[in-house]
Amino acid sequence: MTNPLALRSDAEALAAPLPPLLAEAEHLASAVLLGEHGRRRAGTGDTFWQYRSAQPHDEARSIDWRRSARSDANFVQDKEWQIAQSAILWVDQSASMSFRSDDDLPTKARRARILGLACAVLLIRGGERVGLTGLRLPPRRGEAQLMQMAQLLSQADDTDYGAPEAQGMLPHSRAFFISDFLGDIAPIEDALLRAADRGVGGALLQVLDPQEEAFPFDGRTIFESMSGTLRHETLKAGDLKSRYLDRLAERKDRLRDLARVTGWQFQTHHSGDSPAQALLWLYGALEHRA
Amino acid sequence: MWSIGPIGFAAPWLLLGLIALPILWILLRAVPPAPIRRRFPGVALLLGLTDDENQTDRTPWWLLLLRILAVAAAIIGFAGPVLNPQNAPEGSGDLVILLDGSWAGAPSWQARIDRVDTLLTEAALANRRTAVINLNDLPIGEIPFAAPGEWQNRLPNIQPRPWQPADPAAWFAEAAGSFETYWISDGLDWDGRDALLGALETRGGVTVFQTPRQTIGLRPARFENGEVLVSATRSPIGNPLETTITAIGLDPAGVERQLATVPMTFAPGEPTAETAMVLPPELRNRISRFEVTGTRSAGAVTLTDDALKRREVALIAGREDREGLELLSPLFYLREALEPTADIIDGALNDILLANPDVIILADVATLAGGEAEDILQWIESGGMLLRFAGPRLAASDRGRNEVDPLLPVRLRSGGRSVGGAMSWGEPKTLAPFTQDSPFFGLPVPEDVTVTSQVVAQPDPTLADRVIAQLTDGTPLVTRKVVGEGQIVLVHVTANAEWSNLPLSGLFVQMLERLAVSTRPTRPDAVEMAGTTWLPNKVLDAFGRLEDGSALPGVAGEDLAKGAPGPDLLPGLYTGRDRQLAVNVMQADTVLNVAAWPARIAIEGMAVVRETALKGWLLSATVLLLLIDVIASLALGGRLRGPRADVAAAFALMLLWTPEAQAQAAEDFALRATSEVVLAHVLTGDAEIDRIAEAGLLGLSQTLFRRTSIEPAAPIGVNIETDELAFFPFLYWPVTADQPLPSREAYGKLNRYLRSGGMIMFDTRDADTARFGSGSPEGRKLQAIARSLDIPAIERIPPDHVLTRTFYLLQDFPGRYASRDVWVEAAPIDAERIEGMPFRNLNDGVTPVIIGGNDWARAWAVDGNGRPMFPVGRGMSGERQREIALRFGVNVIMHVLTGNYKSDQVHVPDLLDRLGQ
Repeated sequence: MTNPLALRSDAEALAAPLPPLLAEAEHLASAVLLGEHGRRRAGTGDTFWQYRSAQPHDEARSIDWRRSARSDANFVQDKEWQIAQSAILWVDQSASMSFRSDDDLPTKARRARILGLACAVLLIRGGERVGLTGLRLPPRRGEAQLMQMAQLLSQADDTDYGAPEAQGMLPHSRAFFISDFLGDIAPIEDALLRAADRGVGGALLQVLDPQEEAFPFDGRTIFESMSGTLRHETLKAGDLKSRYLDRLAERKDRLRDLARVTGWQFQTHHSGDSPAQALLWLYGALEHRA
Repeated sequence: MWSIGPIGFAAPWLLLGLIALPILWILLRAVPPAPIRRRFPGVALLLGLTDDENQTDRTPWWLLLLRILAVAAAIIGFAGPVLNPQNAPEGSGDLVILLDGSWAGAPSWQARIDRVDTLLTEAALANRRTAVINLNDLPIGEIPFAAPGEWQNRLPNIQPRPWQPADPAAWFAEAAGSFETYWISDGLDWDGRDALLGALETRGGVTVFQTPRQTIGLRPARFENGEVLVSATRSPIGNPLETTITAIGLDPAGVERQLATVPMTFAPGEPTAETAMVLPPELRNRISRFEVTGTRSAGAVTLTDDALKRREVALIAGREDREGLELLSPLFYLREALEPTADIIDGALNDILLANPDVIILADVATLAGGEAEDILQWIESGGMLLRFAGPRLAASDRGRNEVDPLLPVRLRSGGRSVGGAMSWGEPKTLAPFTQDSPFFGLPVPEDVTVTSQVVAQPDPTLADRVIAQLTDGTPLVTRKVVGEGQIVLVHVTANAEWSNLPLSGLFVQMLERLAVSTRPTRPDAVEMAGTTWLPNKVLDAFGRLEDGSALPGVAGEDLAKGAPGPDLLPGLYTGRDRQLAVNVMQADTVLNVAAWPARIAIEGMAVVRETALKGWLLSATVLLLLIDVIASLALGGRLRGPRADVAAAFALMLLWTPEAQAQAAEDFALRATSEVVLAHVLTGDAEIDRIAEAGLLGLSQTLFRRTSIEPAAPIGVNIETDELAFFPFLYWPVTADQPLPSREAYGKLNRYLRSGGMIMFDTRDADTARFGSGSPEGRKLQAIARSLDIPAIERIPPDHVLTRTFYLLQDFPGRYASRDVWVEAAPIDAERIEGMPFRNLNDGVTPVIIGGNDWARAWAVDGNGRPMFPVGRGMSGERQREIALRFGVNVIMHVLTGNYKSDQVHVPDLLDRLGQ
């Protein structure tokens, strides 16, 4: 079991170099809750936006008398309209994510957790509300949320391949799924389509081990899934390489297609590469205007 | 023991296991290699993929073969195979093992003794009484039969002797009993061998053990036409044979050394070979023996005695001005008499004394310069022999008239006397017989030798002792005086036929010989040797080793004259009264014959085939095969990756390593060094110094590139031990205190480099703390390095040295330090400054070394960006010093590459002058 404190500190360390992520807030009233993102237009908020001449429908108490006293007309002080965005995170915690090909590499799960939490850290620093999919942890603000999130993310799942939960996604919020996406594609597809139905945009980050990309095997081999439920025996593993790689490419294409259809972003990240790269990409993907 | 061919098995039943091999084959073939289990998340993508072919579910045939071989090797190995098993011997009854025991068997004596040992072991198994008899060392009394084990203990005592057996058949005739005989022959025939064989065959079966080994005998060396001829004979006569003959003797320090080595070739089918050595007399007289190189046998050694020694005789005559009268020359007859047996030296007396001859003959020389006389006296006292002949000059001079001349044995009366001439009374005088104490005693006096004139000795109390030959009337003819270790002999007549016909007679030659002026060419015969006793000085054993013989009894001259070595006359060097005689195993006419045996005699080889247990080899092969199997199985099963692959690769590399890579590297080095001008520095082993040296040469190279037409490539570090130096015009050698001295080969390379025009710039880098030649550690190391280098005399760079003007005009040669102590090859002594010339015409050629301690590399050094790496001095003056250092570097390289070109300009005024005309 991963130590939640260590996970948090790693994630903080990774998030530290980046400026606070100011996610693009979409103007959807139903989803709007007060946040700190000025919408560059007058609306409900705390900060001053502009003065305008009072209109007949303005209440008298809204008139800014100090400004009005300097001229003949009455002015009303407009505030900048501020909203907060909700982001929902799903990190695959299934057994397949606990794979690593080399002791020097982190497991895929660890990399995925760090990336997810780093994103959460950035979002929360930006004043957004972050939560986990499902009903485990609804989006909230504040450092306490991060603690809880790290706690939940540290748990591991016994199932071979994880599937994202589409529940608990607020309409028109942002979501990002981090997984290896090697399991059955149907639940993923389902989740994405449901998310798209609710107007949720986001990013799919596929985390793969370098060995999963290279398939450097030969000889008579029995391949087993991480929990041992799935197995495949071959007499010449070397012969399978090209076909395996074809299938992997096919899987990526499929995910990319899905992402395009639903307005999401898709990217593959290898656990042998730098996590900062992936975080930057996630940053960019969340900024992406849906 | 059950055996197949030469291989026996200790446990042959185990071999039945081999039957199981085909079953094993089938079994192994049916079992595919075990699969690897791998956790792999991507398995979900693999589901449903099938293998194209089903080949590898069976083990490949070569792997099977490997395993079967391993199993077979193990089975055979455990069955205890033995090569050449020794089976129980046969035979019964008494057994006599005969050894020829002569010098011919000495080289392989141990093999013979080993063979005897094996025979004794077999005899012990068969429980036979045995006797081991050395035919050269027959036991006294009956045949000493004993248990074989006892004889095995005594074997080390049985040694070969340096002669051939003499009639052992008689001894065997006296011994009783019947026995079987094993005869270990040396392979050489000797007198009485057939008789012995006949005698032995009457007692029982005879088996001969003999190997066809070639025996080489070295015959005594002889002197002919100024060459030492060494001949050797061999048996059996066979193919061409190359061997070398070594002459051994004492060097001037008294240490025994190889003085000369010459090859000797036996032509095919030729029994003898001869080789000639041409040696300087000094060396030749030192030779004490000749040996066939690498053969340990008395026959392969021949000792030399006086016969090979030739005295050096210096001839000096007083009258050299009588041109054309060769027969009247005082030296003519001496020369004729001495030339065959002595080495004659001509020359001025001073030069002759330096050569330290054995004898100086002064023919009618009356006076010597004072210094010369003293020198000669000194030479006589240390063992020289001065032989003087009278003549008109001596007779006319006043030497030895009133006082004793130290260089004359007696005082002389003035004028001498003439008898039997036309103007004198009396007949010419003849010689009286020699008295017993005269060295000429025994020489027959010819009747026709007469004396007509002579110088006459002054009567004197000592005169009688000094006369060693006189005329019939009692007048001394030859007188002798002992001075120190040497002697002075005066012959009272001339050395030519003017005063006497003695020089024309054979007696003259014999007298010279007796005086040990010349050496006796022939060996004395039995008559001459009769009654004399000779003491052994050194004796030879059968292995050709010289041993001290002083403890041995003397030998009668008659025995020595016969010359054949035997138990009574050991081969060796014998000392008589005034000479040494060598007794050698081989005489000049000794012929070596192969011992031929009748067809009825069984002949066995000497070689003992040893039992060799093969178990270890086979089990090792099993393990090796299994190791290969491990690697092959891993490779086949896809498990050969990661560290395992590294190990396997290292293993394979070890097997397949070839030196080609090295050759390739050497070629690359040569190409890199020669495709452009390259400055090089010697690698000192100190990484920091080497880095600075490289940076320094890089800086110099860049400066050269910018300022001159020399465009060097990047500098190269040179390992003087392994790299070729000839490619580099210039070597910079930073001297460190702890660098190792070059090896002998490296010194050879360096000296070749220096002689062929290379330049080495030694930099001790210590000019800030030490003056040149003072004891800084680097300075001492430089001295140690330079000790074996071919470095000419050096001097400080003179102000007109060509280095001061090859490119820049310089008078200072600073590096990081600005010491003036920079040394180059010294100018020739005769170099003079010509009037009107700015400088001398110096140094035709490039100085091979520049020696200094100014740490030039640091001053030149630049980093990768072309910036100086080290500060030089302070401020602008420091930069100026760096600039001068670079200019000096430019001058040095220009000097290396253009030689004395600038020096040639010294002739420019001359040339201009001539053009003007």
